[in-house]
Amino acid sequence: MSGKLNLAKKDFVSDQEVRWCPGCADFAILATVQKVMPELNVPKENIVFVSGIGCSSRFPYYMNTYGIHGIHGRAPAIATGLKMARPELTVFVVTGDGDGLSIGGNHLIHALRRNVDLKILLFDNRIYGLTKGQASPTSELGKKTKSSPYGTVDRPFNPLTLALGAGATFVARSVATDTTHLAQVLRRAAAHKGAAFVHIWQNCPVFNDGAFDEWSEREVRDDSLLKLEHGKPLVFGKSKEKALRIGDGFRLEAGPMTGSALVHDETRDDLALAMALAALEPPLPQPMGVLRAVQRPTVDALAREQEEEAARKRPPDLRALLHSGDVWTVGTN
Amino acid sequence: MQDQTSARTPRNLDQAVVRFAGDSGDGMQLTGTEFTREAALHGNDLATFPDFPAEIRAPAGTTAGVSGYQIQFAAHEVFSAGDQPDTLVAMNPAALKVHLADLKKGGLLVVNEASFTPGDLTRAGWKSNPLTDGTVEGYRVIQVDFDKLVTLACEGMGLPAKDVQRTKNFFALGFVFWLYSRDTAREESSIRERFAKRPDLAEANRRAFKAGYYYGETTEAADAPYQIAPARLQPGTYRNVMGSTALALGLIAAARQSGLRLFFGSYPITPASDVLHELAKHRQFGVTTFQAEDEIAAVTAAIGASFGGALGATASSGPGVALKTEAIGLALMIELPLVIVVAQRGGPSTGLPTKTEQSDLFQAVYGRNGESPVPVLATRSPADCFDACIEASRIAIEYRTPVILLSDGAIGTGSEPWKLPDLEALPRIDAKLRTDPEGFQPYDRDPETLARPWAVPGTKGLEHRVGGLEKDATTGNVSYDAQNHERMVRTRAEKVQRVARTYPPTEVAGDPDGDVLVISWGGTYGSVTQALIDARAAGMRVGHVHLRYIHPLPLDLLTVAARYRNVLVPELNLGQLRLHLRGQLGMETVGLNKVQGKPFHVAEVRSAIEKLAPRAKEIA
Repeated sequence: MSGKLNLAKKDFVSDQEVRWCPGCADFAILATVQKVMPELNVPKENIVFVSGIGCSSRFPYYMNTYGIHGIHGRAPAIATGLKMARPELTVFVVTGDGDGLSIGGNHLIHALRRNVDLKILLFDNRIYGLTKGQASPTSELGKKTKSSPYGTVDRPFNPLTLALGAGATFVARSVATDTTHLAQVLRRAAAHKGAAFVHIWQNCPVFNDGAFDEWSEREVRDDSLLKLEHGKPLVFGKSKEKALRIGDGFRLEAGPMTGSALVHDETRDDLALAMALAALEPPLPQPMGVLRAVQRPTVDALAREQEEEAARKRPPDLRALLHSGDVWTVGTN
Repeated sequence: MQDQTSARTPRNLDQAVVRFAGDSGDGMQLTGTEFTREAALHGNDLATFPDFPAEIRAPAGTTAGVSGYQIQFAAHEVFSAGDQPDTLVAMNPAALKVHLADLKKGGLLVVNEASFTPGDLTRAGWKSNPLTDGTVEGYRVIQVDFDKLVTLACEGMGLPAKDVQRTKNFFALGFVFWLYSRDTAREESSIRERFAKRPDLAEANRRAFKAGYYYGETTEAADAPYQIAPARLQPGTYRNVMGSTALALGLIAAARQSGLRLFFGSYPITPASDVLHELAKHRQFGVTTFQAEDEIAAVTAAIGASFGGALGATASSGPGVALKTEAIGLALMIELPLVIVVAQRGGPSTGLPTKTEQSDLFQAVYGRNGESPVPVLATRSPADCFDACIEASRIAIEYRTPVILLSDGAIGTGSEPWKLPDLEALPRIDAKLRTDPEGFQPYDRDPETLARPWAVPGTKGLEHRVGGLEKDATTGNVSYDAQNHERMVRTRAEKVQRVARTYPPTEVAGDPDGDVLVISWGGTYGSVTQALIDARAAGMRVGHVHLRYIHPLPLDLLTVAARYRNVLVPELNLGQLRLHLRGQLGMETVGLNKVQGKPFHVAEVRSAIEKLAPRAKEIA
């Protein structure tokens, strides 16, 4: 990128009135994204936000960039086509737990496995908001909602293990209430070359209020969250007095920080550590930050390389192509 | 050659229909395409009809596994693959069971007698041996022991017996080459090329091929051989082309003519996959092919690519198109170019995947939620696929709309000689990408076409958002305004209607007025054209309109139809075009409908015409 573009947050604010419910955590995410965008130093005409359907998917309308508000669940596929056609663009996908993990689950895992160079922000409020309060694929087991008055009987997805299992090269989590952390994670995701999956906990004050209190309230969050830092010990608690280490049966265990702790390495080639962190269940702390960031070729770059290589070997010649194979001529007489 | 029987003078024929039939594993499709290639290079006009089961390898020897390939080749213009074969090659009892009824009375039947064992006869469902129980009486039967003759031909090569027996299809091909006096040298080099990596197999197949040819020379069973002179085709350079290949080449050409990159998203489905296979070979043209995780991803990725300024295209078949339906609605709402090729097959549901049908017209024209018109075109033959793709792309690009191009299984897998186009004469397509930010409104419209501006990412000052929610008529912002919605619904409909203004005048073949006008579309072109020629030769006054444009219909169609007493609409469905004509134009028609997974026989169309057109003796 040549030169500083001198963009400001306001350059990324569209002229559309934001129509989320009062108190919706999406406001905080929107403001944080708009704040981080100028730092990317990408001309805003080269940025596209693609979304599906749901509350979070209204996001592109509020960004003064190019944008597509697609159909339910299909944002990763739309974005894949866009990115493969135009690899030089910076493409963000905004999706939710229903859009990205239910109706669009197939597209999400395939975008991740292909390592399309997309920044995928999954806003997870563990509920269907736009359709007014049905259980979602991340709603906890037994959750009572309009569609599950007796409590859900299906187990939720863990979006982090799902993304890791799909082969995502970048997997991170943040929470809308900690915009400083969220901004850090967004910067990292934007800088990643490849499919970056960012799982964002986001409170829905209307249909699922308080879903993330145990990880966002000031009094509890130091004990319930594990802030990941590459190359640093995996410690948590108010004064970092607790540590994670590998215990019996290849299990992560929490204990007092005495001497050694497991050290976080987001660049590990194998999935063992990232998967173990992603799979932590309360009362163990929940991971926050970058679980995995590894470099792999992206599908958009590989496809373009094939095209360029083919053109070098066989310069495009439509006449020759049409005339290939067994050709014969019929004379004029 | 010392054998004096080879000196028999071939009899001249105007045309012939040959069908090769055997087990799915017998290589019948290869045998057919090799014979077709030679017929094309010989200069015959031709049409082919491959007919194979959906199962890759149904149980060997059963009728479920029979695969067939029919070709009509002639010294004159040919429009269909022919109603009844003159020559049937049956590799086993099951092939005979399935195809014997189609063979012309007195036709030549070539069978591999070695396969008429009690076991194979039972598997094929014969109670007794048809070769000896009188079943094949009335045909000229040539019984040959293929198994023994290929074994002898390959003697001394040290090949496993299994590999030797696999050459039987080339033995059959060799015999038919002799039967129609074809050039063996070209075929021998084709065999060498095909098996270049296995010279031993090349040699074995070549020997089997020659053995079949020599067997013909020495046999005295037939009044053969025959020869069929080259057809008097229009001057030009030709190649033989399959429909799906021509579809792929047409998309590449359309991208070139519009200066756009081609993005093709596709999910494997019979019989559309060959378009993906062909396009995937030609990356040097800036063609991105994307084998998606499902049908929906295939089309939505193409929409994403179109948003990025590429020509987005996808291909599928009936069930796949059903899955793409919602996305096609998005493309028409955000008004971006998109080409959807539909290779129709027998439906509904999974239906008859490898058989042909024309039952997706309703799905194409009417099959979406909301008021959602899109232009629908149809291709009529393998070579026509090239031009049809360019025209579909032109409309998609100029009108910023999804366009559905209907093809079918028989067109896609069939082949015919293609007079190669002059690239200079291909139409230019102006993509008119918007670059000027001055006064830019995403849903401003071109006053003539009503197309909105195509402003692609990377263009400074034109940042905008589109989506599936109803848009304000100018700004494109989300709008729930009642009046605006009706205005937008009407505008989108009007835009599609205006596409008809760009059609050429409707072409009428045959009589310009008379008793019957046949209106047909898609892959029935060949059968209807031949039926018309026959009917007119018999003195009937008949005209023929073969529709390229299914929706919107041509503006002059009613006027044309008014010059005839009756309108006949033959279709491989239960009357979808008929209802469309009635609904759109109030046109009264008579239907001829067939849903057997097979094309029309010429005779079927001719007899339908006869019912409506008394032989016109009164015409001087």
